[in-house]
Amino acid sequence: MKGIKILGVFIGLALCLSSCRREGCTDELADNFDAKAKVDDGTCEYTSSSSGPTPLALNIPATFSRFLPPPSIPEDNPTTVEGVRLGKKLFFDKTLSNDLTQACANCHLPSQSFDDTNRFSVGIDGIAGTRNAMPIFNLAWNFNKNFFWDGRAQGLEEQALEPVTNPIEMHDTWSNVVAKLQADPTYPSMFRAAFGTSTIDSLLAVKAIAQYERTLISGNSRFDKYTQRLIPLTPSELSGYNLFMSESGADCFHCHGDITNPLWTDNLFHNNGLDASFTDNGLGDITGNPADNGKFKTPTLRNLAFTAPYMHDGRFQTLDEVIDHYSTGLKASPTVSPLLKKVSDGGVQLTPQEKADLKAFLLTLTDSSFVAGY
Amino acid sequence: MKTTLKFSIYLLAISTFLFSCKEEEPIEPKQVEAETEVSFIFKQKYNGSEVLTSDLATTQYTNEKGNIHTISKLQYLVSNITLHRTDGSEVDLGGYNFVDIDQPLTRFYTPSVRVPEGKYSGISMTFGFDEEDNRDGAYTDLNAVSWSWPMMIGGGYHFLKFEGMFQDNTGSMKGFAYHNGTASKMENGSRVHEANHFRVRLWDYNGGFEVKSGERLNIDIDMNIEEWFKNPVLWDLNQYHMMLMPNYTAQKIMNNNGKSVFALGTIAPEL
Repeated sequence: MKGIKILGVFIGLALCLSSCRREGCTDELADNFDAKAKVDDGTCEYTSSSSGPTPLALNIPATFSRFLPPPSIPEDNPTTVEGVRLGKKLFFDKTLSNDLTQACANCHLPSQSFDDTNRFSVGIDGIAGTRNAMPIFNLAWNFNKNFFWDGRAQGLEEQALEPVTNPIEMHDTWSNVVAKLQADPTYPSMFRAAFGTSTIDSLLAVKAIAQYERTLISGNSRFDKYTQRLIPLTPSELSGYNLFMSESGADCFHCHGDITNPLWTDNLFHNNGLDASFTDNGLGDITGNPADNGKFKTPTLRNLAFTAPYMHDGRFQTLDEVIDHYSTGLKASPTVSPLLKKVSDGGVQLTPQEKADLKAFLLTLTDSSFVAGY
Repeated sequence: MKTTLKFSIYLLAISTFLFSCKEEEPIEPKQVEAETEVSFIFKQKYNGSEVLTSDLATTQYTNEKGNIHTISKLQYLVSNITLHRTDGSEVDLGGYNFVDIDQPLTRFYTPSVRVPEGKYSGISMTFGFDEEDNRDGAYTDLNAVSWSWPMMIGGGYHFLKFEGMFQDNTGSMKGFAYHNGTASKMENGSRVHEANHFRVRLWDYNGGFEVKSGERLNIDIDMNIEEWFKNPVLWDLNQYHMMLMPNYTAQKIMNNNGKSVFALGTIAPEL
C-alpha cells in the first residue's frame, strides 16, 4: 500500500514535470503554434496558400502617401506575408553569425530605431568596425538604391548580403550559413512558403531580410501629426523649423528634406565639413573619384532621439555637439559641400536660442511608436 | 382583335420595306491627324563644350567675369513645352522634366502627348513652373529629390540648382549655390513674393523643322551654362555666391540672364 502511494506521487510529479516541459511549436508565426508548448520540438509548419505567397501591402504613413512616390520594391522580390515572416526570423537569428552569437538585430536594435548605441559596432571576434551602424527604416523610399554610408551596395538585397561575410561583423560564409539554415527544422518549410522552394540559398535569404526591412516604416512623429494638422508645434519648435528651412539661417533642408520630403534625407552623398583631410574617403573609395573623397550618405533626421552617436564615425555623442559642428566647427577641404556656408568662419554661427530651437524642432521628428512597435 | 392583327402586319411590312429600300449612307471617316512622338534631349554646354557627369567637381571653367569655378551640381526644371506651327497654331505638350546632370537619363524627355505632323517654326517652354503649376508639395517625384522652395520665401519648387566651388578674390576656394525659384523681398515690413519663372522661346532653327508621321523626332535643347553669368548682367561670384534664394536682386538677375541660356541644337528624326 505504501509502495502504491509512492508510485502515485512519482507519477504525479512526472506528469507535472512533463506538462511544465511540454513540447511543440513555440513560434507564434507558425501555422501550428502551440501556446502551451515550452520547448520547441521542430515541428513548426509554415504554409502559404495554394496560389503562392500572400502579397503584403506596406503600411504607408499618411504623410508619405501625400508627398512621396510609392515605395520602391524590386519586381523580383515583392513583399509577401511569408517572406516578411521569414525575413524577420532571419533578422533576429544568431544562426547568421559564425559562432551563433550575433544576429542583425544585435547591431540594429529595435529599441534604438534599429541602430546601435555604440560608436562602432563590435563583431563576433570582438573587433570593432570603423563606422557607426545606420538605422533601418523607411528604406523602401531610397529611390537612389544606394546603401551603406559610402553607397557601395546597390539595393537592399545586396546590402543584406555583406554583414554575414564581413570578417569584423558576423564573420561567416554564406555556404556555411545556408547549411545551418537548411539543417534547421523550421527554415526549409518557411522558405518553401515564402519562395516556393525549401532549397535555401543566400539570395533567397537576403530577399527575405530585405522584405522584412521594407516593412520597418517610421512616419508617426509629432511633426507628421503637425503636417496633418492634428497637433500644433510649440513656438520654439516652429522657430527651429524656420531656421532649418532658411537659407540665411541654418539651411539644413537642402540635404535633409522638409515638410514635403518626410524622409528627412536626400539619400545623396555630401562632405559636411567634418575634417580638413580624410582618414576615411567614404564614397571616394567606391567611385575612385577624388572629388568624392570625404562624402558620406545623408542620414535621416527621423528618430535622432534613439540613434546617437552621430555622423558616419559616431564622433558626436549628442545632438548639441552636432549642432555646434554646423554652427562653428566646419572645416574646409577640397570636396566640402558648396551648400555649407561660412566655412571659413566655422559655420552659420547660431545663437544659443537658435540652437535650442533647432534641437527642439529636430526632436519633433521622434517616432516613439515605431520603436515601441518592434 | 382581327383588325388589330392585320394592322400590325401591315405596319411591319411597310416598315420592313422602308428600311430595306433605304440606301446605306456612307460614313465619312473622321479626319485623324497623323501624329508622332517627339523627344527632347537636354544638353549642357560651357562655352561650346558639353558638360558631362564626369566633369562634375573636377573640370574648371572660367566665367565672363573671370571667376574660375567648378560645377558640382546642375539640376533644373522645365515645363509646358509648346511646339509652334508655321500656321500660328500651337501644340502644348504639358508636363515637366527635371534634368539632373548627375543622372544622365533625366536628359531625355518624351512627353506623353503626340505631335501632329506638319511644319513647325519654333519651340517655347517655361523655365521652372508658372504660378498655376508651382504648388507646394504637388509633385511627389520632385519632393523625393528635395526640390521644394521654402514656403517662407514663396514656396513651390526650385527651378535651378547650380552649385560648385570658385576661387574668390583672395585665392581661396569657396562654395557657390546659384539656386533659382520664386523671388521674395521685404516690403513695408512684410515679405512679398513674386513669380520668377520665364518663358524660353527658341526660334532659330534654319527656318523651322518638320514633324513626319511614323518617325520620332529628336530635338536637342542646349543649356549654355556660361550665359547664367553674363547676359545681360555680368555676374561676379565674389558678390553673389551664397544665400541667394531670399535675395530678390539676385533672383531677378537670374531670371534676366536665364532667358538667353537655352538654344536649339540638332533637330533630326531618330534613325
